[in-house]
Amino acid sequence: MNVLLVSPLIIPFITGIILILMWKNRPAQRAISIVGSAALFIVSIILLLTVWEEGIQAVQIGGWPAPYGITLVADLLSAIMIVLAGLMAISVAFYSLASMDSEREAFGYHPLFHILMMGICGSFLTGDLFNLYVWFEVMLISSFVLVALGGERAQLEGGIKYVTLNLISSAIFLAAVGLIYGLVGTLNMADLSVQLRESDQPGIVLTLAMLFLIAFGLKAAVFPLYFWLPASYHTPPVAVSAIFSGLLTKVGVYTLIRVFTLLFIIDPAYTHTILLVIAGFTMLSGVLGAAAQNEFRRILSFHIVSQIGYMVMGLALYTPLAIAGAVFYITHHIVVKTNLFLVSGVVHRLRGTYQLKKLGGIYQLYPLLGVLFLIPAFSLAGIPPLSGFWAKFVLIRAGLETNQYIIVVVALIVSLLTIFSMTKIWAEVFWKAEPEPDPAYPREDLSLGALAGYVLPIAALAAVTIVIGLFSEPFVRLAIDAAEQLLDPNQYIHAVRPELLEGIVQAQN
Amino acid sequence: MEVILAFVVGALYTAGFYMILRRSIVKLILGLGLLGHAANLMIFTIGRLTRGSPPIIGHEAETLVGPFADPLPQALILTAIVIGFGVQAFAIVLVKRAYETVNTEDFDQMRSTDLHEA
Repeated sequence: MNVLLVSPLIIPFITGIILILMWKNRPAQRAISIVGSAALFIVSIILLLTVWEEGIQAVQIGGWPAPYGITLVADLLSAIMIVLAGLMAISVAFYSLASMDSEREAFGYHPLFHILMMGICGSFLTGDLFNLYVWFEVMLISSFVLVALGGERAQLEGGIKYVTLNLISSAIFLAAVGLIYGLVGTLNMADLSVQLRESDQPGIVLTLAMLFLIAFGLKAAVFPLYFWLPASYHTPPVAVSAIFSGLLTKVGVYTLIRVFTLLFIIDPAYTHTILLVIAGFTMLSGVLGAAAQNEFRRILSFHIVSQIGYMVMGLALYTPLAIAGAVFYITHHIVVKTNLFLVSGVVHRLRGTYQLKKLGGIYQLYPLLGVLFLIPAFSLAGIPPLSGFWAKFVLIRAGLETNQYIIVVVALIVSLLTIFSMTKIWAEVFWKAEPEPDPAYPREDLSLGALAGYVLPIAALAAVTIVIGLFSEPFVRLAIDAAEQLLDPNQYIHAVRPELLEGIVQAQN
Repeated sequence: MEVILAFVVGALYTAGFYMILRRSIVKLILGLGLLGHAANLMIFTIGRLTRGSPPIIGHEAETLVGPFADPLPQALILTAIVIGFGVQAFAIVLVKRAYETVNTEDFDQMRSTDLHEA
């Protein structure tokens, strides 16, 4: 059995178990949390390099051959997502050491965090549709607890909305899984890819595609299904919202890319046009929603929505360059968005509030923090030479090549409005003179040295953004390779069930 | 039998969505439960209903002969029921805590996270 492929699941699982066993011993918990995240990150990089060199990796769990057993598959997209998950795990775990309050730590923040990572990695690796549902639930139940952990009023209210919408999405997903099994009698994705392509009932296949679009669209927070996101992401502690904003919606985007490149390619002219329309509205409504907000994390939450639109746009254009753009965009976005949330956490630590009105003058006191905000903020808006510029450049070029001018115009306008939002945060939080201190919000003037636990992960992620921007070529090449794999489902099928392809080849001859 | 179950599934979905759309959080929980049941019953129905022929290979036979009940949908449902049970338990505790903190079970009173000054 390929140990490498299983270890992104085993490592967080074992870490989580050890953390639960050490429930009372907080120093040990913190040390193990860091070790576990670091191990996950290292393994993820080895996995990516292996997949890049040797092609798609697949393993049949328990030695049961597909389609009877559960298959784990790592193609380049999965491996890239796992690396990003590992990078986020180590940065946020480190950041949590400084930022998480001891009460939440005592109630199991660290074990939950690692079980969440296990669910996320499982969703990226599985090659079985029902198994994907199970990983989703692992991820969701730990995220439910993380949202509500602490029990503040806003958390509980946001938590109910988050839980409800995600449960509805799960119910629809489960129903769709049942229907697809009833239609073709298998749930192995490689199998499904072959069966659905040859299906003589295209109407039912398209209906199923729409059910999956709704189920995964809810998780990915696309228009018009995103309302739970800005209502809940700003309520938990900042380390939690950072890991959510970086990874959870991207699991939804990942599954969308997976099913709309592997399973539902029977009529791309129909399905991917719907995706394109959704992408445009997602971008626009997200960025307009952000423009109306006056709270640091709510602005960032709405920007997650608008950025999801760019990724869906790449998927919807459905050319090699466009899919590569989407993959590159996800890479860039996860790093940048998590980083912005981490910065908002530092500001909150210093001033005790996220309200733009009550903030100000941070740049004067902490110029370095201002710079560390500007790097991801400009990257998000797409200013060269940062990573966001290349991500948008690739997508817009793909849009021009396919003559989809409307979506290109929308993408450019949204990009401008993103700059508006980022400069608004900059002007209000960092630049303007500090308002009269409000006694309701505890203010602490710490030196940046005292905040090293906060600043180091932020600086590291900012460095990643700059590296992706300045040395973008290998990253773009990786994204293009990933896109080529995605657009040729036979590679995926070959890795999981080579005997199926022989049948196809024989039939064609 | 399939027709009857189809109507039952439809009724469960209708009732589930209706309950979710009410303003009370208790009804929300009931509605989510109904949605889960509807999905499970649908998987059960769509896995082809076969009466009295378990998927067991006989003494002499090498393979299964004749029509038999597909065990996989039932395995899926069992998994889904267990997961649903855990999630429901959490949701009930969450709702209870929310009720204690906000002191209402009316969703219209729970909009603080959607307002600007939250």
